[in-house]
Amino acid sequence: MTAASDPALQTGDNAAALRADELRERATLLGMSVPALLIVGVIVFIPVGWLFWLSFTDGDQLSLTHYRRIADITHARIFWQTFEISALVTVLALLLGYPLAYLMSQLSPRWAGICLIFVLVPFWTSLLVRTYAWMVLLQRRGLVNQTLMDLGIIDMPLRLVYNYTGTVIGMLHIMLPFMILPLYAALRTVDMNYMRAAANLGASPLRAFWTVFFPLSMPGVIAGSLLVFILSLGFYVTPALLGGGRVMMVSMKIQQDAGLYFDWGAASALGVALLVITLGIFWVLSRFMRIERLYGGR
Amino acid sequence: MSKLSVRSQPIAIRDVTKTYGSFNALENVTLDIAAGEFLTLLGPSGSGKTTLLMVLAGFTRATSGHVLVGSQDMTRVPPHKRDFGMVFQNYALFPHMNVFGNVAYPLRLRRVSRSEIDTRVARALDLVQLSHLAERPIDALSGGQRQRIALARAIVFEPRVLLMDEPLSALDKNLREQMQIEIRNLHENLGITTVYVTHDQREALTMSDQVVVIDAGRISQKGAPREIYERPANAFVADFIGESTLLPVQAGADGFAFGGRALRATVAPPGGLFLVARPEKMELHRTDMDPAYNLFEGTLHQLVYQGETVLAQVALPEGQTISMRLTSRREVMAALPEPGKPITLALHPEDTVIVPERGQ
Repeated sequence: MTAASDPALQTGDNAAALRADELRERATLLGMSVPALLIVGVIVFIPVGWLFWLSFTDGDQLSLTHYRRIADITHARIFWQTFEISALVTVLALLLGYPLAYLMSQLSPRWAGICLIFVLVPFWTSLLVRTYAWMVLLQRRGLVNQTLMDLGIIDMPLRLVYNYTGTVIGMLHIMLPFMILPLYAALRTVDMNYMRAAANLGASPLRAFWTVFFPLSMPGVIAGSLLVFILSLGFYVTPALLGGGRVMMVSMKIQQDAGLYFDWGAASALGVALLVITLGIFWVLSRFMRIERLYGGR
Repeated sequence: MSKLSVRSQPIAIRDVTKTYGSFNALENVTLDIAAGEFLTLLGPSGSGKTTLLMVLAGFTRATSGHVLVGSQDMTRVPPHKRDFGMVFQNYALFPHMNVFGNVAYPLRLRRVSRSEIDTRVARALDLVQLSHLAERPIDALSGGQRQRIALARAIVFEPRVLLMDEPLSALDKNLREQMQIEIRNLHENLGITTVYVTHDQREALTMSDQVVVIDAGRISQKGAPREIYERPANAFVADFIGESTLLPVQAGADGFAFGGRALRATVAPPGGLFLVARPEKMELHRTDMDPAYNLFEGTLHQLVYQGETVLAQVALPEGQTISMRLTSRREVMAALPEPGKPITLALHPEDTVIVPERGQ
């Protein structure tokens, strides 16, 4: 007996009921994301919008005073130094992080997990503690200088902290996990059969790496680099403590303007300028590095 | 269609052993592959056939033994210096290069000139009939197209040997059968020494000059497809290749017997234990038959209709069930008794093969 001829079974048009079910499912999904959307809306957009507004006003009227004030050589240097340090830290983190991420991607899950714990341990330690630890290590009579002098490698202590070098070392350490984690996630997904195929076709291990493995790992390289670069641009604690006043990054100038001079307009203008310049850089980069060219061509 | 020139070379595998801890993946494998031969390594999963291919390609280091190609000992040559073409199970086409880039890759590594690359890639793509796809990205190709591009990439640099690791296992049945014939034709055109790994016995029988059946890290039998099928060397090969029921036989002074009845057998080695009863070799007994036929009397248990064929399962009084496969033609099926009724099957002495247990 077929279902349609069974009087106990309801038949007829149920399109409306099915449509209602679908809408209900969607509403449930949307409902669950409402709290997060609210938090982002209230805690991020309102204050940021307010600061944005402040940067374009002087007293009660619209004005570009704040922007005119930061368009000088001093501020240009601060911006330059911010981008320079961020770029340097990104490149160094990539150079140090890639080999480790590569090693981890080749290890058995068990050993990779152990490595991952070592990468993550710094994450569980306060940023401030780690920065102070670097002070202890790098200062004039610190562990590094003492060891090098005891070994007779240097006669005079190196200036490793309260300057540019110290800032880069400290930031590099803080940023390394942010580079390694996305890199590791990307490298792990590269099928090693590609490397075998490359070897079979005549590529030495080095050639195979540069022509096959590295291009396939580009999504991880880009993700890690972007993360480190953007986090570095807004970094405050480490450059403030390890820079010893010789390094001035945008975030420190913002703190100075807002915290010391209570000039919220000037601080806001700096923040907006940093955002605009960063977006500008990525716009230019994205034009030069098209995704299809990344994966691309002959 | 122009030909790629190929240096076909013989391969000699000598006493190759590969152990993982206490597990022997390969045990003293010795095998000769003639120049230009299409040889298939056939075995169940875990039998060691892929390990042997990996040793040939240089991806797996043998524990001991030698691999020679031509007169050169390749055992310690790294994979990128072996000059072997290989088609991988999942093709391993580089997703960051298009079709042309993939096929040109081995030529670029060999510093072939630009114009030469263009002609040779065009020739290889022509050979697999995909010249029109040169600029396609890999992820825009179908499974069958990927398979052919992988093949083109493996032969474009005129390798000494072509290795294939279950290259058709990801394709659906129709495409697989079509590709079997194409690969076979390509091999005939090129004459390149080819080692092909599969677990699909039908594929092995269809494509190969020589089939090597591997069982638990050892070569169980090597021979032409027909030899492997019709004259299995032992119970493992008889069981693995084709359908068969292995009937235990008694060895006496005057030959072998089953169920008290003497058997007229063509292949009857000393120490033989089993009669290989293949369904399609069985016939329904007729009174006008040559009395030399071996007869099996039993009860028709059931008839399984399979489309072009019908399988008759016959319960023997000795306890085993043997099968007979018949074409589903009307008069053939009409001659069959009803299920539950007695039936007599006949097996030609030429097809009566008795095998020992395992190994030789």
